[in-house]
Amino acid sequence: MTTKLFGEPVRRREDQRLITGRGRYLDDIGSKALAAAFVRSPHAHARIVSIDVDEALDVEGLVAIYTYEDLTGPMAEPLPVLIPHPQLHAPRTGFPLANGEVNHVGEPVVMVVATDRYVAEDACDRIVVTYEELPVVVGVDAAREAAHAVHEEIPDNVAARHHQETGDVEPVLASSPRTLSFTQYIERSACMPMEGKGVHAKWDPDDSSLRVYTSTQASTSVRAAIAAKLELSLDAVEVIAPDVGGGFGVKIVHPWPEELLVPMAAINLRHEVKWTEDRREHFIGSAHERQQRQEITVGYDDDGRITALDVHIWHDNGAYTPYGIIVPIVTATQLVGPYAIPVYRVVVESVFTNTVIVTPYRGAGRPQGCYAMERTMDRIADELGLDRSVVRERNLIQPDQFPYDHHLTFQDGRPVIYDSGDYPGLLDKLKDLVGWSEAERLREEAEARGRLLGVGMAMYVEGTGPGPYEGGHVQVLGSGKVLVSTGLTSQGQGHETAFAQIVASELGVPIEDVEVTTGDTRRFGYAVGTFASRAAVMSGNAIALAARGVREKALRIAADVLEASPEDLEIDAGLVQVKGVPGTSIPLRTVAVLSNPLRYAFDEAAKQATQFAKAGDDDKPPVAEGDAPGLEHRDYYSPIRSTFASGAHAAIVEIDPATWEIDVVKYAVVHDCGNVVNPMIVEGQVHGGVAQGVGGALYERMAYDADGQLQNASFMDFLMPYASEVPDIDIDHQQTPSPLNPLGIKGAGEAGVIPGTAALASAIEDAVGRRIAAMPISPTELYDLVRSPDSEMTATAGRRAGTGVMA
Amino acid sequence: MKPAPFRYADPSTLGEALAVLSDEGAKVLAGGQSLLPLLSMRLAAPATLVDINRIPDLDAVEVTDDAVTVGALVRHDALLRHGGAAAVQPLLGRATANVAHPAIRNRGTTVGSIAHADPSGEMTSVLALTDGSVTVATTAGSEVVGWRDFFVGPLETSIPAGAVVTAATFPALPPRSGTAFAEVARRKGDYAVCGAGVVVTLSEDRRVERVLASYVSVGLTPEVHDLTEAVAGSPAEKADWAAAGALARTLVDPDTDIHASADYRRLLVGVLTERTLADAAAEAGARAARE
Repeated sequence: MTTKLFGEPVRRREDQRLITGRGRYLDDIGSKALAAAFVRSPHAHARIVSIDVDEALDVEGLVAIYTYEDLTGPMAEPLPVLIPHPQLHAPRTGFPLANGEVNHVGEPVVMVVATDRYVAEDACDRIVVTYEELPVVVGVDAAREAAHAVHEEIPDNVAARHHQETGDVEPVLASSPRTLSFTQYIERSACMPMEGKGVHAKWDPDDSSLRVYTSTQASTSVRAAIAAKLELSLDAVEVIAPDVGGGFGVKIVHPWPEELLVPMAAINLRHEVKWTEDRREHFIGSAHERQQRQEITVGYDDDGRITALDVHIWHDNGAYTPYGIIVPIVTATQLVGPYAIPVYRVVVESVFTNTVIVTPYRGAGRPQGCYAMERTMDRIADELGLDRSVVRERNLIQPDQFPYDHHLTFQDGRPVIYDSGDYPGLLDKLKDLVGWSEAERLREEAEARGRLLGVGMAMYVEGTGPGPYEGGHVQVLGSGKVLVSTGLTSQGQGHETAFAQIVASELGVPIEDVEVTTGDTRRFGYAVGTFASRAAVMSGNAIALAARGVREKALRIAADVLEASPEDLEIDAGLVQVKGVPGTSIPLRTVAVLSNPLRYAFDEAAKQATQFAKAGDDDKPPVAEGDAPGLEHRDYYSPIRSTFASGAHAAIVEIDPATWEIDVVKYAVVHDCGNVVNPMIVEGQVHGGVAQGVGGALYERMAYDADGQLQNASFMDFLMPYASEVPDIDIDHQQTPSPLNPLGIKGAGEAGVIPGTAALASAIEDAVGRRIAAMPISPTELYDLVRSPDSEMTATAGRRAGTGVMA
Repeated sequence: MKPAPFRYADPSTLGEALAVLSDEGAKVLAGGQSLLPLLSMRLAAPATLVDINRIPDLDAVEVTDDAVTVGALVRHDALLRHGGAAAVQPLLGRATANVAHPAIRNRGTTVGSIAHADPSGEMTSVLALTDGSVTVATTAGSEVVGWRDFFVGPLETSIPAGAVVTAATFPALPPRSGTAFAEVARRKGDYAVCGAGVVVTLSEDRRVERVLASYVSVGLTPEVHDLTEAVAGSPAEKADWAAAGALARTLVDPDTDIHASADYRRLLVGVLTERTLADAAAEAGARAARE
């Protein structure tokens, strides 16, 4: 590599556009489009008795009203179960518009199209839907108890029973020197991208083609879904993800009802139609994640080494299961983290509730798994009177144990085999970074100031970059521009920069010459999507392979011109030259011109490539057999299995024992995502992840009441942390390259969020000496906990009281 | 989240505004920081919005030795930065500093938030604590209404239909007095889970003579609690402020919501009372020494 930008903190080239208001988001498109708005269910569970639209018909500017009765063909069928699984025995999905029954507040019932959104909402207000209310199931415990059923024909509310085991857990538990059991809870939160969902569709009746812009994480698959549901040929449908203002998982789900209904209306009305989700719709009509009840039994010896782990999780999947059981599988398989667990059994029962659907939100089941495993480590340490880091250290997979096979099956259907890592290294760095050994001194200092101080830590391993594949296309133009495209989409992660760095490094061209396009099916039709921390691993490697293909072709053509052997050539700063012979060179852009023999000259560059420009060999065709015109290459990367990133977080909290306010005074992160394309982007990803981790641990929850009404469906009451609530973050890096892919990289997108809840629960428990078994936790809940006669004092707190360190 | 249709009027005199306000379902728009979200969520659908921002002379802060009078178009931020106002009634600056975030303080008006009568608003509580009043204009003329007669319930005042609140008047801090204001909020700038404003007045011999407190997000309307009996006659620097906090806890009747239980709010009433009284007493002592 001659232009060494791989690994450099190159400034994000997209930021200039995005932060100066020149991004092009969904709502910036189609100023003349008709607007769609939806009548959504106000009830969590009800039968639709009647829909009366008469009052709405007088609204000036009304264009169309659609109910389920207006849907035909595949549109009248249930939405797809996107990822089927044999253990998902009772999948259920909704319809694009409710068909007789609603199962959560916010489910779309009627679509109105009007001249603008104001008018569309006026019409919605006048539509009268009569409901017969049904009993409501809210929360994982109610679903488990199954006094009522969400779907009548599924009386136990269980959609799936996901089960994996690596041996016979019961005899090992029975013979373990020690065991402990506990139950804990984790609550719902949600992705909350700054930009909600949105769809714009335009039908061209002259050539019978449809162009759809959608704020999605998976444009190629949305395209296929639209074609299937609207019975169009795939080649008649283009789907483009414009600038997308955050995704975090919610936009990987597809097709959302609106992604089908808006194009349907555009075709039907012969007019472009747009729907832009508002914040309340996003709260009640998108997706949430994270609620689980976790029942854990662990066997261990007197040194704290785990002998067996038995986990039974009840996972709230909301009203429907369009995304299958990906989140339960990820929890089940990622729970074991960096530890060698001799025998492990996990059962995740995924249950229906009358609430918004549950699909991946950054971390996608991993924060829950980490919470289960790490809190188990804390409990073992507490029982044995050992330092929490020591118990972890004794159970870690060692660096010489890679590849390490957990004998589990991951979300991609592939074995959970850790490719590389250095977990003791992470732990050592973390202890240094946070000052773990100083904790007791800090605790005493804080006590003197009237504050309760606690420290906590959590470690994780994250399977990233699952297949099946991504592709990349690299093309050098006669102008010297290098066009790069990949099918997966961007939501602000910095793909334009990272992919350009890879191409600049692989091809030896200035990064300024590289232009990157993502998520546009016109440019690249084959892709899977942006999720599971896979963009850099999957598209990054595919693009690198494509760039290598271009380089090889460029050297071959240049070798001919320079009368040299390709092995003697290099490309640097856009110039192909003979190594060590300055002046013997040809610009890459000229190679691009020569790669495409022309009949017609339309500019000076093209003139060089025409058939009379240079003496040809009359015995050879202008384009060699097996070759193709143009300096371009398309390639794909398809991994044998996921690559496993890892990390460790530690938090120090101070608590005001009068108000029970919780202050995160230090937050330390050690992070290992293999080779790093751009450390600035990785740190940004860690920062954003930690912010969401702190949010999930201390602030955010979905406050459903017993009737299934979401009481905090606005940014006023849903407490996403402000910058003022996010602690300063100290980061240290470790790099154990992945042996699985050409660039040696692992995913980094989700890591920051994973251990937040576990580490903060540990720190708060350490500070107050009471067992924390439900997260998130707020000051009012902490106040209830510390004064409740039923709350359990930790053994550590008892020992401290006994020794007088902290009475 | 788009408002229902409404008529918009932007009169240039108070008289014109009052004329439009006499229409059925008319509502005053000042800073819009509470009203516009309510409109967007269709929780309110006034027939007419009367935008008073073009009416001259409503944006003045008038400071006399006895009181600070704040016009209907004075933004929170202007009051926060008004040194003269703070000198006469320090609670004004201290409380407005706790109102939301800068972007909201730049737009939102102090009088508007009082007229909105949200018990989670800081300035409703300060109007009560300072024994303030509002000036209410109708086509029949203007009248001054004391805070006790003004606040009727949450988001409800005694202001008649067609009237507009043109000013709020906050009496000056009495001699030998000090104030303090503190809040506990889930996030910086959020509506307080609980807020406390206090005034401590000392006697000539620097003993506690009078202790008043008013709370934010506690109760349905602003109230002023007299905590004097807990600490009356104590030397300012030795007063048992915890006793005053304990008394306060018995006087309030907070509600539970998704952010805090009633018990937790009561706890905070005690803690914030104790903490703010200590600060206010210190200030009272310092002011007494200067006076």
